[in-house]
Amino acid sequence: MKMPWTRLRELGIVGMNQRNAEFIMPYNQRRYYPLVDNKIITKQRAIEKNIPVPQLYGHIELEHQAAHLPALLSQYTEFVIKPANGSGGNGIMVIAGKTASGHFRKSNDSVVHIDEIKHHVSNILSGMYSLGGETDTAIIEYRVKFDPCFENVSFKGVPDIRLIVFRGIPLFAMIRLPTRQSDGRANLHQGAVGVGIDLGTGLTHHGVMQSRPILEHPDTGFPLTGIQIPQWDRILEMAATCYELAPLGYLGVDLVMDRELGPMMLELNARPGLAIQIANQQGLEPILKYAQTLGTIPASAKRRVKVGKLIRQKFARESA
Amino acid sequence: MKTSKINITALVLILIALSAVYYKHEKLGLPLKPAEQSDVWTVEAKIQFKANGGPAKAQFYIPRDPPGFIKLNEDFISSNYGLATEQNALNREALWAVRRAKGKQVLYYRMELTRDGSESKPRTQPRPAYPPVPDYDEPLGAAIRALLSDVRSHSADIATFTRELLSRLNTPKPDQNISLINKAGQGSVEWVRQLIDILAGARIPARIVYVLPLQDLVKHGTLVPWIEVHNDFEWVAFDPVSGRQGFREDVLVWRTGDDPLITVSGGEPGEVDFSISRHALSQVSIAEQWARQTDSRLMDFSLFALPVQTQNVYRIILMVPLGALVIVMLRNLIGLSTFGTFMPVLIALAFRETSLLWGVIMFTMLVVVGLALRLYLEKLKLLLVPRLAAVLTIVIMMIALFSIVSVQLDLERGLSVALFPVVILAMTIERMSIVLEENGSQEAFKLGTGSLIAAIIGYLVMTHEWLGHIIFVFPETLLIVLAITLILGRYTGYRLLELWRFRGLIKEADKP
Repeated sequence: MKMPWTRLRELGIVGMNQRNAEFIMPYNQRRYYPLVDNKIITKQRAIEKNIPVPQLYGHIELEHQAAHLPALLSQYTEFVIKPANGSGGNGIMVIAGKTASGHFRKSNDSVVHIDEIKHHVSNILSGMYSLGGETDTAIIEYRVKFDPCFENVSFKGVPDIRLIVFRGIPLFAMIRLPTRQSDGRANLHQGAVGVGIDLGTGLTHHGVMQSRPILEHPDTGFPLTGIQIPQWDRILEMAATCYELAPLGYLGVDLVMDRELGPMMLELNARPGLAIQIANQQGLEPILKYAQTLGTIPASAKRRVKVGKLIRQKFARESA
Repeated sequence: MKTSKINITALVLILIALSAVYYKHEKLGLPLKPAEQSDVWTVEAKIQFKANGGPAKAQFYIPRDPPGFIKLNEDFISSNYGLATEQNALNREALWAVRRAKGKQVLYYRMELTRDGSESKPRTQPRPAYPPVPDYDEPLGAAIRALLSDVRSHSADIATFTRELLSRLNTPKPDQNISLINKAGQGSVEWVRQLIDILAGARIPARIVYVLPLQDLVKHGTLVPWIEVHNDFEWVAFDPVSGRQGFREDVLVWRTGDDPLITVSGGEPGEVDFSISRHALSQVSIAEQWARQTDSRLMDFSLFALPVQTQNVYRIILMVPLGALVIVMLRNLIGLSTFGTFMPVLIALAFRETSLLWGVIMFTMLVVVGLALRLYLEKLKLLLVPRLAAVLTIVIMMIALFSIVSVQLDLERGLSVALFPVVILAMTIERMSIVLEENGSQEAFKLGTGSLIAAIIGYLVMTHEWLGHIIFVFPETLLIVLAITLILGRYTGYRLLELWRFRGLIKEADKP
């Protein structure tokens, strides 16, 4: 009988302490954090690199600007309000449409009054959702119309694709599917389903929910495995390019699939979580350790994607 | 490589801390346990005399480096008298003088002493000349000579000679010679003086030493004469009645020599009364008092040099690093999540004021009520800072209410809630409500209980009596805490809760 920690080591599972000490601290310099923590900066830099992002409708920095909010919002029927420096999907308000009486409607079909939106914006401005509790900026952006390819396996909300990009090489991928339990949010902690994606093919395999293996979506009942992610190579290339806009060696890239506009980069994360290992049923350690030993990293994103696929082939899961 | 550097740094820190602790424990006698106590004797000499009305002077012998004791403190209480102390190789004197004094005069000398565990220095001073053989009166002379020749044949050196002599003089069945010698009464001053004369007959230098037997709650003690003989190297003391060699643990050597204990000029001869009492004192305060008497630099730079009030603050502050260490362990080794990083330490500090059980009950109650009110405030759509201020106001009113109710119910514990750090409570409520809103009640409950568990463990560690004692008396042990923190800073293994989190992976991998 082996001890659980020996087993986890053998499986190459990276723990929080190891992630912080061996990957985040040496590869992610703190001075680059604002590039990913501030979503406005990330968006601007992404546009420079030709990475599609949800269009920015406007941002509100000061309390009195909130007065212009009704005028600004009247042009749109769908949009998302979120803090520029938010984390973990906190403080995001999704407006999915307007009611007949002219009120806004949230993605969960509840009606919101404009005052509630204003209150939410002022909460964001006062720093309620920002990382350090400092004053923040609220951004209003395009609401992603999610691609019907995931319609059967998500409950409200937008599924998003998370990639781990190490030294610019995309190495791990999963898709996070909202459930009733997660209240339409693609956050695994809150009960969203995580499904591992085969890096070579873009086919889904293995689902997990709250750390337990799962084969079907809990709300829709459709199978979670064998779904082909559309434009997979494009997605991988976009993720690899993100390394160029924020030089963080251990980077989490979140993407969404838009029905009309294709894959879009939603945000970057300097401290991506470890749940991706559960979704993929595979440990990060041997793969990241191998990628650490690589001498030169190709300058082109395309080549880095190729390297990533090769590495994953080399470390293919035995049972797969 | 980096890790080994950190380990070496940690090792050096631990070694520095341990050697400092060793020095302070061994050399200064600071105890490693909080309960270690020693007896402290308070000896008070009350000097009374009648003054004639003119200038008055009183000269009084006081102990000088009493063997086997450490003097912790001394006081001279002498109202309008001028005071000077003088000392020579043998004795120390207090000299009181006043220009005009009439009627009954009372002077006090008080000292506090404790046993000194270390070996006392040999009493070598002064080197005496061999006394001439005195001319004894007859028939006493014949008795003494017979006794001396008998004792001489039964002894080897000066110490055994003295012991043999004393045992013969104190025998329960004295012969005629001894009865004659003992006429003065065994143990009396005259008898001891005579003893010195007898020893001079064997050309042994001897002197009288006055000691005070220490007994608790003595009101009218007197000095007892003992005898010391010189053995060519040092003065060896004997209890003239029991014949035992050396000063016992319960006798305090007051002075050496046979001059009057007190000399009064300008008044009638004085009287001296001794009172003695004993109490237990922690070794820390003994070491501290002693170090002050001996001007130890190390104690000057210790926390004991601070005013007591500041000391008490440091007793709490110095425990905070331990609380932080607990948090480091809970987070990086266990994987417990809490509100904020060091919020639980602050909550634990709050528990200090209330005792644990009451603290937890009150904390939970205040958080629950505060949370309910906070959620109501959310409906009012207030801005963040005014809302925080509103929560704070409500928390303060609740605490006040709590105290009033607990007084009505005769629960004294409730009163101490007034010192409960209010801001901590308000911030906890605020943070909890955000988590509740954002991540659901499950997450809020998880973080809340995590914080409470961390606070309870932090409290238990930070209020641990022994740890508190060690950290305060040996603050250098904080270097050990630092060293452990450094080592933990390089820990890259799994957290305990991660084993649970990733258990599915093991199960999956172990499937046949």
